[in-house]
Amino acid sequence: MSTLTQTQEALPTGTWREDPVHSHVGFELGYSGGTFRGTFSPFQAALQVNEDGSGSLVGEARADSVHVLDENLTAHLLAPDFFDAERAPLLRFESTAIRRAGSDVTVAGELTLKGVTAPVELSGTIGEPTPGPSGADRLPIHLETTIDRRAFGIDWQMELPNGEPALAYDVKLAADLFLVKE
Amino acid sequence: MKVLAISGSLRRDSHNTSLLHAAAELLPEGVELELWDGLKAVPPYDEDDDIVPAPAAVADLRAAIAGADAILFATPEYNHSIPGQLKNALDWASRPLATNPLRNKPVAVVGASMGAFGAVWAQAELRKVLGATGARVVDAEVAVGHAHNRFDAHGRLTDEELREQLAEVVQALVTVTEARDLVAA
Repeated sequence: MSTLTQTQEALPTGTWREDPVHSHVGFELGYSGGTFRGTFSPFQAALQVNEDGSGSLVGEARADSVHVLDENLTAHLLAPDFFDAERAPLLRFESTAIRRAGSDVTVAGELTLKGVTAPVELSGTIGEPTPGPSGADRLPIHLETTIDRRAFGIDWQMELPNGEPALAYDVKLAADLFLVKE
Repeated sequence: MKVLAISGSLRRDSHNTSLLHAAAELLPEGVELELWDGLKAVPPYDEDDDIVPAPAAVADLRAAIAGADAILFATPEYNHSIPGQLKNALDWASRPLATNPLRNKPVAVVGASMGAFGAVWAQAELRKVLGATGARVVDAEVAVGHAHNRFDAHGRLTDEELREQLAEVVQALVTVTEARDLVAA
């Protein structure tokens, strides 16, 4: 006997926004042989899914919401060498297409960093809506991608004593979103 | 718009100081250039002395930077890098790093040397250091090589091509500074 299961392709309808306590957006990249990590807090994320199944995902954070474990590094990240927060205060992602196949999800869209907008594709997983303590449905989505920061004009570099670049150009971006239905 | 001019050379007849005087003759309308002459008085950086109130020469430097809309540096090259006293002054100016007056300040770097290359390595190092302080570094350079042959007896820059390059760097600095005002407005 065989069982035919239909893969869930539809996204749950409604407007879903980030639970700021249980959602995390951050980046990591190689630095000097190790890994350098940072997060953005606060940030806003909104998933809008219409009755016809179409949907959009928008995320925004201010550059100066970046958190790393050293205030001098934070200062350098906000400087023209990196985010150039004075001139480009807002970081933004806006989807152009969302595809779901079961628990897998792919979100194509446009990412804006340092005032430069470029296409990216995020991929990851999506859970099922589950009622939370307040009664409202909650939806977990994990998305990530790897960008080359030079595509956004973030090309700072320093040579290590062995001649290798100190800071990787590939940056992994990851969003662990716990969205709450409005 | 006020541009502060800082020469990395302390010598009375410095070619780099002459280069800044040359820049003062090439300013767009509405832009004034003020030469800062306090470099020699800046004490060696010592975190123990980095307290409030700051040493007078340091307070003068920080106030001069804070009061300027942009900064034009001219640096000689000592052992392929910038003069120690200039680096020392920037180390003072850059602290505390997160709130230092160089943060987001538009800056440009030019340089003169008696060798053939016009302090290009020192200029690159100075741009790196300024980037680390959080300054907005204009990506342009003027390399005055054989500097002892480029200025007349009155210290005037005689090479027309170099004068044009210098005018372009000054204009680039002014443009970046005006763009900053637009963001703020």
